[in-house]
Amino acid sequence: MIELSDVSLGYGHRAVLSNINLKAIPGKILGLIGPNGSGKSTLLKGITRVLNVFSGHIFIDGRDIKNIKREELARLIAVVPQNPILPDAFTAFELVLMGRTPHLGLLRYEGREDIAITWQAMEATRTESLAQRRMGELSGGERQRIVIARALTQQPKVLLLDEPTAHLDINHQIEILDLVKSLCLEQSLTVIAALHDLNLAAQYCDWLVMLNGGRTYAEGIPQDVLTAENIKEAYGADVCVYPHPINKLPITLVTAGGNDGYQHRT
Amino acid sequence: MSRVISKPVSETAEEFAISYPLHWKGKVYALVGLTGLLLVVIVFATTLGSAPIPFSTCFQVLFSQVPFVNITPSCPEVFGMPLGVERLEMIILNIRLPRILLAGLVGAALAVAGATYQGLFRNPLADPYLIGVASGAGLGATIAFLIPFTISWMSFGAVPLFAFIGGMGAVALVYSLARVGKTLPTTTLILAGVALGAFLSSITSYLLTICGEKLHGIVFWLLGGLSLTKWAEVWIVLPCILVGIIIIWLHARPLNVMQLDEEQAQQLGINVAKVKLILLGTATLITSSAVCFTGLIGFVGIIIPHAVRLIWGPDHRFLLPLSTLVGAIFLILADTLAHTLLPPTEIPVGVITAFCGAPFFLYLLRRRKGLAFF
Repeated sequence: MIELSDVSLGYGHRAVLSNINLKAIPGKILGLIGPNGSGKSTLLKGITRVLNVFSGHIFIDGRDIKNIKREELARLIAVVPQNPILPDAFTAFELVLMGRTPHLGLLRYEGREDIAITWQAMEATRTESLAQRRMGELSGGERQRIVIARALTQQPKVLLLDEPTAHLDINHQIEILDLVKSLCLEQSLTVIAALHDLNLAAQYCDWLVMLNGGRTYAEGIPQDVLTAENIKEAYGADVCVYPHPINKLPITLVTAGGNDGYQHRT
Repeated sequence: MSRVISKPVSETAEEFAISYPLHWKGKVYALVGLTGLLLVVIVFATTLGSAPIPFSTCFQVLFSQVPFVNITPSCPEVFGMPLGVERLEMIILNIRLPRILLAGLVGAALAVAGATYQGLFRNPLADPYLIGVASGAGLGATIAFLIPFTISWMSFGAVPLFAFIGGMGAVALVYSLARVGKTLPTTTLILAGVALGAFLSSITSYLLTICGEKLHGIVFWLLGGLSLTKWAEVWIVLPCILVGIIIIWLHARPLNVMQLDEEQAQQLGINVAKVKLILLGTATLITSSAVCFTGLIGFVGIIIPHAVRLIWGPDHRFLLPLSTLVGAIFLILADTLAHTLLPPTEIPVGVITAFCGAPFFLYLLRRRKGLAFF
């Protein structure tokens, strides 16, 4: 369980986020939405202590992350970053095996158990057939699945995803998020995902937090957060929101020219 | 090249875990084989010199030094004269062996330091001299040649001392210049190193123009060479380099993880700032120890790690030890060529390393064309 209480954080002395409160619970996907620059990635960096909070506290299972060593934190929280650099020369298996790093000290080599855990993670993400391929040869969707496998190899309690479907085709978007959803339920992971696609956010997230201008603008179940008014206020875009014909979740439709700034110019 | 190990997709996790260590077998064989080769090369190198001594005699002399071994070396005839055991031991143990061992240590240190810098900077052009060791050591040595009085420290002149201080000092300065708060951006570090290097080299160049008859000595030092090595030098360099290499080996896994970006490394539990400081400090220490007696031997530090990476892959847990062995073997052979090719003149060893090593490296590069290797 992740809990943020009154958190402000940012880069250097410039606060990007202020007074954020949120709570993510096991077995549920919490979606972070909001326009570019609203602080979605910054928030995830704060939770992994890549950035230190200016004020407030971030708790994982009741413990302040300030007091947790980086190595232990990596056993609790795994991240699927937005645009990770993945060295081309390593094989996919070697890359997934790196997820065992926080479980091994300086002197231990990966044992049979670590290799078995790694292989299980690759089975869960259906990447076994890629094991011997070099990272440089893989497609975007395959690389994303490998990074998710690496995150699972850390055996975390919390999984953070930063735009996991960016640059992926629609079939791979579904594949990745279905995978996350099933892992979240099976392993009762606490999942926090920053998403830019509002329709995917509505379909997959149990709870949405909409950030705007460094603050929480709206919070709740998708039906409550994804309204035309909220989207117009936060994103500045005129959209139509309808219930999905099958599951009644909100779907956001755009109209050409339906943007504030654009209309003023013409 | 990695071997295909996972054939059927249906393999279970346990089966895979049992078969996976086979993947490392080739590299372990390579480690054992190269260790053996290193010993053979050391013995072979003792046979060559102004007086050729048979391989078997050299082996006997060297082996007789091993504790609890009693053999009397057979004495060969050299130039029609029988060589006494004492004279034989004098030539092999006191003249040739220290030079060979120093060559091996320096080659190992430069190759490991090169691999470390390349890994830390994620830059294939990095070499041990990139961030100021060479220019600092060069300036230190030049000043030592030019000071009008003599300083000596444990029977050594001022040159090694000044070169060592120069090398370490330059990197320390670059490090403090490049640091931003608690972080150390690698690009800033490289740029600061290149800039300070240019500054220090300009001073060295100016000093070279005004140094008069000492020019020859300085230029020879700058090109690098191992002539006139004595045991005292080996005993000083040996602990520094061995300890340094072991520290670096222990950080092979963090170095692997740092091939990802720094954010991912932190998220995988690596204390990036600490690992960087340890590795930079240690690599600089072994490089400075290596160059302070032998001068600026080039090429070994950049090419050996690449050659090893091309043959055995990018995993630092094998890359670092294999580079150590290959670097040692390579520099021993290069130095042997340097003093036996055109006797009695000595070719600067840096000339040999580049002249023989570069074509071989280009051959490897051609053979593996199209495959990512970094």
